[in-house]
Amino acid sequence: MAAVSSSKVVTVTVNGVEHEREVEARKLLIHLIRDDLDLTGTHIGCDTGNCGACSVIVDGVLVKSCMMLAVQADGAVIETVEGLADGGELTALQQAFGANHALQCGYCTPGMLMSATALLRTNPSPTEEQIKKALQGNICRCTGYWNIFEAVKAAAGSEA
Amino acid sequence: MSTTTVTPERVETQAPQKGWAGQSVPRKEDKRLVEGEGVFVDDIKRHGMGYVFFVRSPYAHAHITSIDVSQAEAIKGVYGTLTGEEVAALTDPFFQLSTPPGAHLKDFALAVGKVRYVGEAVVAVVAETRELARDASELVEVDYEPLAPVTDARRAEDPEAPILHEESGSNLMWEGVYEWGDLDAAFAEADRVVKIKELHFHRFNSTPLETDGALVEYNRGTGQWTIHTNNQFPGFAAIMMGPAMRCGLDKLRFVTQDIGGGFGNKITSHPQLVVCCLLARKLNRPIQWTEWRTDFHLSMSHGNERFFHDTEVAVKKDGTLLGFRTKALDDAGAWLRYEPLGGVIWAQVTPGMYRWRNIRLEFTQVATNKAPVSPNRGYSRMQHLWFTERVIDIVAHELDLDPVEVRKRNYVRAEDMPYETPNGCVYDSGDYARMLDVALDLIGWSGIEERRRDAESRGKLLGVGIGSTLDSGTNNFGQSRMINPELQFSGNNEVATVKLDIFGEIVVTLGTTPQGQGHETTAAQIVADVLQCSVDDVHVRAGHDSYWNSHAGFSGTYASQFAVTGLSAVKGATDMLAAEIKKLASAVFGGVPVEALELAGGGVRITENPDAFLPFMACGAIINANNAGLPQDLGVTLNCRYVYRPPFQVPDVERKFGNLTLTYAAQIHAGVVEIDPETGYYEIVDYAAVDDCGIRINPRIVEGQVMGATAQALGAAVHEVFEYDEDGNLLTPNFYDYHVPHALDMPPLRTGSIESPSPFTPLGTKGMGEGGGAGIHAVCAAIQDALRGHGDAIVYDSHNPYHRVWEMLQRPERARALVEVVDA
Repeated sequence: MAAVSSSKVVTVTVNGVEHEREVEARKLLIHLIRDDLDLTGTHIGCDTGNCGACSVIVDGVLVKSCMMLAVQADGAVIETVEGLADGGELTALQQAFGANHALQCGYCTPGMLMSATALLRTNPSPTEEQIKKALQGNICRCTGYWNIFEAVKAAAGSEA
Repeated sequence: MSTTTVTPERVETQAPQKGWAGQSVPRKEDKRLVEGEGVFVDDIKRHGMGYVFFVRSPYAHAHITSIDVSQAEAIKGVYGTLTGEEVAALTDPFFQLSTPPGAHLKDFALAVGKVRYVGEAVVAVVAETRELARDASELVEVDYEPLAPVTDARRAEDPEAPILHEESGSNLMWEGVYEWGDLDAAFAEADRVVKIKELHFHRFNSTPLETDGALVEYNRGTGQWTIHTNNQFPGFAAIMMGPAMRCGLDKLRFVTQDIGGGFGNKITSHPQLVVCCLLARKLNRPIQWTEWRTDFHLSMSHGNERFFHDTEVAVKKDGTLLGFRTKALDDAGAWLRYEPLGGVIWAQVTPGMYRWRNIRLEFTQVATNKAPVSPNRGYSRMQHLWFTERVIDIVAHELDLDPVEVRKRNYVRAEDMPYETPNGCVYDSGDYARMLDVALDLIGWSGIEERRRDAESRGKLLGVGIGSTLDSGTNNFGQSRMINPELQFSGNNEVATVKLDIFGEIVVTLGTTPQGQGHETTAAQIVADVLQCSVDDVHVRAGHDSYWNSHAGFSGTYASQFAVTGLSAVKGATDMLAAEIKKLASAVFGGVPVEALELAGGGVRITENPDAFLPFMACGAIINANNAGLPQDLGVTLNCRYVYRPPFQVPDVERKFGNLTLTYAAQIHAGVVEIDPETGYYEIVDYAAVDDCGIRINPRIVEGQVMGATAQALGAAVHEVFEYDEDGNLLTPNFYDYHVPHALDMPPLRTGSIESPSPFTPLGTKGMGEGGGAGIHAVCAAIQDALRGHGDAIVYDSHNPYHRVWEMLQRPERARALVEVVDA
């Protein structure tokens, strides 16, 4: 109930920019990112934490931002898809997604990119099985994933 | 003719490369999408907008006795509500496509007086935040008087069955008998008759990752609504909404940019869009609606569930198929939102890929207390093609014939193309037997018996299955008249405009609403070839806006047609522009005949004197800003609109005869499964998908469609189902319970392709993208093959979770009882 929820001021640093917002205690991190900060690259595809479209990196850890409250992110450093390209230069992973036709509608793509980015940071040369495990929390309904696996492999190779 | 090269992973047909078309050029859409800069409907915001949340029925069937919104409206930050009673006062029921009894339905945007499925929208609540709208909805008090539901289509016409729509008198919505050829003669000629009591195609859909949504603004001064939405068929939404809302279609401006998957499931959001329009006017503020995932599962666009009863197949000893009779019982759910078109759409592929000439199908569609069905990738043809493939494999199984040989014996042959089916459809081109060979090669058919023995040595049962399927594309909407002769629809169309702007920019506008199919890219390839420029020089506007004047009645992206309708419109408009550019240059060059001119290098020049060159920039500037002195009768605007209209006739409604689609792309899949007989668990260990969609403008995009459709089919075959309990509760209302394939579920995949150009389309292309239903057929066939000699169950359901396979192994007699072979 609206009457019993309370608000709190949170500070988050998203893609290097610090933001301060007053949020309701029950607001999800994804809604802070999308609605309050207008960073709409991060998407929502379900309401049960299954689809991974909302994946972001919080303090270096891959997180489904619908499974975390905005107030829990107070003080956190957050990376979203908008922060991947450095000054307009696409990352090797972003380029590989295009080159391998690893996206169609593009709705799951930001979450996929964040999951794969987190993987490649900890494991620069993953096996196919490791790639599949890393992406199992991200649903794609267009591609069947095969070209996504190829893209991650290609990006791993190019960064190795 | 093209040549084929075989690699271990892919079979590629290499078309001669003359220009941009045929090349897998990178997609124009990708940069913005990988940067998170796409604009999807939920990304659109307006000052003061209110968020909608729908109060939904907890009952499958109930009278609404009272609704009280006062407590919800009293909450600070709640902007207002809308009830069914208000909707019934402000709008007329949606137009029904059906003849009686379905024609009698009174379908409004919100439930009026009665609810008919769990999840049906009853009240809409609008508040300043998503959370508040949802909270306030809990304060809406709705009293119900529950009624008994009917959730099994087979019980819907029982005398004691509760009736959903009293106006219709029963739960029968539509029925029709289709018969072609001479059934009596076919069964007299047969050596054997194979009888199958019941087959069942299950209920699921493609669950696009982005749910439905809209941002609707109302302009009080002009009475116009601007509907930012991800509806994928605005032409259909407009003709449903305008009459219901008592407004002209120009008052409904549809705008889209990026759409997060559609697969047909985003065609029938018109009820929710009406609610948003009424609220935008009532509350005088922009209305934002984003469907929650659970709401999508509960209420949107389930695929058609269908039974096939009392099937009889006339067969010769050698496996020659003469004909079949069957009774199709289709479960429409609670409303006819696009139905009963499914009652005729299947007929696009009446004989499947086979040459049998004698076919009778009695089609019955009933209403049940479940979510309404709507098109879903492969719409209605997938159900029918699953049936024909099941028939082939059951016949082969029962007569101890080789399914490969039965297919090859009965496939429509390459030399018979174009082939007229018993119901007048004209399969334009193809070589199914060759496709099957490619698919079998890709899964290692020649070594399969050895692998079978190897699997047995590991305690596993190995099975191989084939799925042959057609992807009929570019609808002749005249087929709707077989459902209802009064309907005034026929043919098809699509629009494109191509213009040269003042600085020479080439700007292309499409009437389509792509959801990931790469229209911006493939359109640019066609334009670049005609204008002899680079694809990088062609700007294709993203998305759809009905104010761009580049749409027609059938505009949208659905039913496998862009490569035909969309690209033919693009080509037509670009050809017009090219002719105008030459006409202008002729005048500028002092009367040089247009035949002496050519387009090259981003401009137009005299062929024999290339130095006489007029760049596109000059052309655009002359017409738009520097036109003094041009001949008054020049007739050049450099802004060309072309409407592509496929060559169709109105079908013969009496005989139910005519060409129902322009092209017939084909897919043949082959899969290998290994079953653990102790548990029924199985894995797909090898899989191949071979596609033929005629000339491919961008082979990579085509392959992407093949892959995606395959994944959806495999998900549907093994995991995905909208399953209801006997009280009408949906048991799989979200991704927690409704398991879609994830990364670890994917089997190894090999793809192949051949190109059989369509003789009927301007570019030799065929619509494609929906052929993946083949995966369901192939998995069913593979399971049945694996069970051969282990109880010999036939596979009778399109959905085969592990427990069903276990049951077929443990109690094969249940499946065996469904089939019988008699000597004719």
